[in-house]
Amino acid sequence: MTRHPVLEARNLRLQFGGVTAADDASLSIAAGERVAIIGPNGAGKTTFVNICTGYLKPQSGSVRFEGREITGVTPREIVRNGIGRSFQLPQLFLDTTVLDNLLLALAAREGIWNTWTPLKRHPRRDEMLDLLEVIGLTETAHQLPRELPEGMRKLVDIAMALALRPRLIFMNEPTSGVSTREKFAIMDVVIRALQHNATTAVFVEHDMEVVSRYADRVAVWSFGRIGLEGTPAEVLNDPDVRRGVVGS
Amino acid sequence: MRPEILLGGAAAFVLAIVPALVPWTAVMLTIALAIGLSVLGIVVLLRAGQVSFGHGLYYATGAYTVAFLVSARLSLDALILIPLGGLVATLIALAFGVFAVRYRDIFFAMINLAISMVAFALLEKLYHITGGGDGMNVARPTLGGVRLGRAAFEGWMFYTTLATVAIASFLVGRYLDSPLGRALEAVKSNETRLEYLGVSGNRVLHVGYAISAALAGISGAIIAIVNGHVAPEFAYWVRSGEFVFIAILGGAGNVVGAFAGSIVFEVIRNHAAAFAADYWQTILGLSLIVIIMFAPDGLTQLRFIRRKAQS
Repeated sequence: MTRHPVLEARNLRLQFGGVTAADDASLSIAAGERVAIIGPNGAGKTTFVNICTGYLKPQSGSVRFEGREITGVTPREIVRNGIGRSFQLPQLFLDTTVLDNLLLALAAREGIWNTWTPLKRHPRRDEMLDLLEVIGLTETAHQLPRELPEGMRKLVDIAMALALRPRLIFMNEPTSGVSTREKFAIMDVVIRALQHNATTAVFVEHDMEVVSRYADRVAVWSFGRIGLEGTPAEVLNDPDVRRGVVGS
Repeated sequence: MRPEILLGGAAAFVLAIVPALVPWTAVMLTIALAIGLSVLGIVVLLRAGQVSFGHGLYYATGAYTVAFLVSARLSLDALILIPLGGLVATLIALAFGVFAVRYRDIFFAMINLAISMVAFALLEKLYHITGGGDGMNVARPTLGGVRLGRAAFEGWMFYTTLATVAIASFLVGRYLDSPLGRALEAVKSNETRLEYLGVSGNRVLHVGYAISAALAGISGAIIAIVNGHVAPEFAYWVRSGEFVFIAILGGAGNVVGAFAGSIVFEVIRNHAAAFAADYWQTILGLSLIVIIMFAPDGLTQLRFIRRKAQS
């Protein structure tokens, strides 16, 4: 049975000067899927994520989420539509605690226009403590993000996106900059959190072990478009991919 | 209880006694506290990492609102005039804010400066409406429905201002701790993430901007009532710069600091002007350099005050 696509990107095109970052790129994501986007540096992976999350506007093409046109819509509108995003460099509020970061995300979801109840006494505070438990960061709740190692900051960044209860999340290199030992631990936690919220996920990834272990489907980006698509086993055994992307 | 509330409460208690013991301090402290309200407005914006060099506009708006209403002989009480000054300033800030909050950092500071200088020029040139460079006199209104003599009026205006400051500080403190206030902080810390939480940084800043203007408007209204005179200089950039300077002096981002800085500034200014009429700005400048050297993070960050507050 074919699952209904939650996201459909069609014929996206975007040029920066003489560089074509998206060249007729198309991709469909089905509900519940975990899709990995791989490819060499400069292939247009982050551009695709940036277009789908409203950071960049394509010159042509369209992005539809759950049947609604979201091409060129602002990031906050996209977030309100049910798409979350984490970043290659974690985007956190560094001057406030991990818990407060999540509480602000919760407040954003529930309605930020409250000028009376202190954020720390948010009536649904326990929900964020539960989320911290799911991602294994309960002990860091009262620490500042800058005191945490990169891997934990990435988890907090993902947790902030998940706090909004998105139906689809884009994660840009969730395991970059963390040790080999940490990367599986991080991904186990992330996948657990995704399952907990029944969230569809697209992640840009350079680590093929992570891709083969956690992705349902892999899309190989090449010169601004998908060069190859398939299951991790099919894609990672392809000789061109092994030569051009995996490097062996 | 939070150290800042304790410190603020203790300071308010001490302040409440001073004019009863030394009556001549009433006007000086009223002016300092009123200016402190404008500074508190700047503190609100500093939370978002933004500085306005044009808040004199909202200060002047509050002051001229009072002047116009009093000259219209509507017989409005001071307790009505003060919030009306804040209200008109808020409405103007909501209108100008539509443009101003699209900018950040130096551009935000400069657009506010530009708007305030346009207001200054209008106040100067529209002589038949504003009194031009001479400004407008403000007849003493009733206070709490009672027409008071000068000394009693000044005394009660001090307590009215102190109560206004207490209420404003409580409300601003509450706002800064609320989700919207924390979102204002997020405009400074990471606006990209804020947008990806589905929150418009511009809108959050617009609310902060309006609150900040309301405080400046109330401040100007009190000054107009206490001084009995308003002048275009209220909107001049030097006045706006003074607010920013005092905010830094008191401790940027700190509610108590706004008033601590303002009182110190006013006391130094008064005494310097009294003892060295021609050199008072030099004395003021030197005193402030000394304060900044010993408290680079503002007066409320002086070690002994911080320790006392924590204990």
